[in-house]
Amino acid sequence: MVVAPGTGNMQSLMSDSAANVTSALAGRPIAVRCRGVTKTYGKGGSAVRALRGVDLDVHQGEMMMLVGPSGCGKTTLISVVAGVLDRDEGECTVLGEDFKKLGADKTTAFRAKNVGFVFQAFNLIPTLTIAENVSVPLLINGMRRSEALRQAKQMLDRVGLGTRVNDIPSRLSGGQQQRVAISRALVHKPRLLVCDEPTSALDHATGQKVMELLREVASGGDLSLVVVTHDQRIFEFADRMATMDDGHIVSITTGQGHKISSQHVEGK
Amino acid sequence: MNFLAIKMLMGDRLKYLGLLIGLTFAATLITQQAAIFMGYTKRMWAFIDDTPHVDVWVMDPQVRFTEDPKPLQETALLRVRAVEGVEWALPMYRNNLLVQLADGTQEFSTIIGVDDATLMGGPTRMIEGTLEDLRQGDGVIVDKAAANGDLAMTLPDGTKRPLRVGDSLSINDNFARVVGICDNATAFYWQPVIYTTYGRAVRFAPPQRKQLTYVLVKAKEGESAEAVAANITARTGLAARTRSDFGALTMWYTLLKTGILINFGITVGLGFVIGLLVCGQTFFTYVSDNARLFAALKALGLSNVRLLGMIFTQVVVLGLLGFGLGAGIASISGRFMGLAGVGFHLPWQLLVGACVGIMLICLASAMLAAVRVLRLEPGVVFKA
Repeated sequence: MVVAPGTGNMQSLMSDSAANVTSALAGRPIAVRCRGVTKTYGKGGSAVRALRGVDLDVHQGEMMMLVGPSGCGKTTLISVVAGVLDRDEGECTVLGEDFKKLGADKTTAFRAKNVGFVFQAFNLIPTLTIAENVSVPLLINGMRRSEALRQAKQMLDRVGLGTRVNDIPSRLSGGQQQRVAISRALVHKPRLLVCDEPTSALDHATGQKVMELLREVASGGDLSLVVVTHDQRIFEFADRMATMDDGHIVSITTGQGHKISSQHVEGK
Repeated sequence: MNFLAIKMLMGDRLKYLGLLIGLTFAATLITQQAAIFMGYTKRMWAFIDDTPHVDVWVMDPQVRFTEDPKPLQETALLRVRAVEGVEWALPMYRNNLLVQLADGTQEFSTIIGVDDATLMGGPTRMIEGTLEDLRQGDGVIVDKAAANGDLAMTLPDGTKRPLRVGDSLSINDNFARVVGICDNATAFYWQPVIYTTYGRAVRFAPPQRKQLTYVLVKAKEGESAEAVAANITARTGLAARTRSDFGALTMWYTLLKTGILINFGITVGLGFVIGLLVCGQTFFTYVSDNARLFAALKALGLSNVRLLGMIFTQVVVLGLLGFGLGAGIASISGRFMGLAGVGFHLPWQLLVGACVGIMLICLASAMLAAVRVLRLEPGVVFKA
């Protein structure tokens, strides 16, 4: 069951198809569980209520897309889910952990081990080679540099950049840089991948390839993906899509992602 | 992560070079100016260093530094000899008298008269002649710097030649003959130095009731110089100072009276401030420009402690490189300065001090940057 059980009007907004979508996901444990999550920026008259009671479940192995107009709270929601922003109220557990109870230091350590990030602006370190960039999460987790570089190169090989490991990011195209960013996000085998507009800086063809890559890594495993996007061209890759508006999730609909996954698995 | 931190820093060529140049400039200024200051300070001890066998200097209590002769009664020598712990006590005359060369050159010079019998207190490094030559009638030994400089003879054709053994001169209208050339340490004070015997020096000097300037004392074996000095002061009422006390007295008097402590202090301080401003501003800009990357690292799970570790690694590497380059430049420039007669002394303690100074600059800069990094919310990486 994917529909959140209970903070009022949310339930009625969710489509039947969403409720039934998950034949492919049914029975899978829930990776992210939010109930009545609120977040307000600022105080007094200038306060902005970015999240106004969000309920959301994301299953293990699911690609959940968050869509909606600018300012609707998508980025705030993934920031809360990823543990880089504290919620004000409500409950939110990620892989069974509540960041509020965990404390700042343990949350940071949790992110290092369990969460991967793909940013809109890539955020690759321009002075490091792409192999060094990809090795960063492994180094953060305490791996020796030589071993981290070896695994980073393996990961880059998987995304088709095995011959470019010693290049610096500025020598790569936008699509290649995003593939590096995805490699960095996955190299330490996280259980949750958070992607913020992963295709907005890419042309259509490159964006499709990047999403195919993400779809591939999501299929078959326990990795859950939460993808924030405006890009309608990639909606087809989602297992489900949560549409947000004004700090609420107004609907959850089924995507085609599970079919793509099936094709992908069959294709293999 | 430290290796990556260094690579991150050095990869930003413009800021890296800016930081390195700023720190190198600061290190050069601090090291060089402090070394020149040390060089001149060391020269203030030259007279004491050139009289190595003396443990205690006895003088009038009003003496403020080595060039400040306040004569004592001759009986002071006998009173000092009677003090417990004194192995020997010998007289020394030291005063400035007018010296005239055969070519007519006149120069006030420091005349040092040493004990007639033992010649103790005389020069220790001779270039021509021997100390014993002072026993010759009217004999004087001239310091090399004076012989080649202020006391050089002007020839009829206008050229100059150094004062040599055999040349005659007049000291306060008394005939004297050069019997030796010595090599004294370069002194802070600039008057030519001429040695002779105590009796001859008193004869050269204008007649006055008191002529004795210092009593040179050697402590008995097993007696500390400090204890003997204290005994002498207690028994005679005279000022008795160990070598280090007399050197420090001279040094501090000169430093404070001439203002060079303040002048060099300002220059060294400027080096520190310039280094701090350049390094602090540039490093803060570097961190601000890369705030998004630091935030990304935080989002990826890098703890604040390790982020601070990266920043401090960066500044320590910068500091060591800047200090190394600056100290190297200062050291090389010091060689040339030495050739030009500038006092330059660069002991390891000064290098350690300069290194600490540069590291303080770096740490202060890092702390500014650290505040910026600590305040970074990792969530900013999601903002376009």
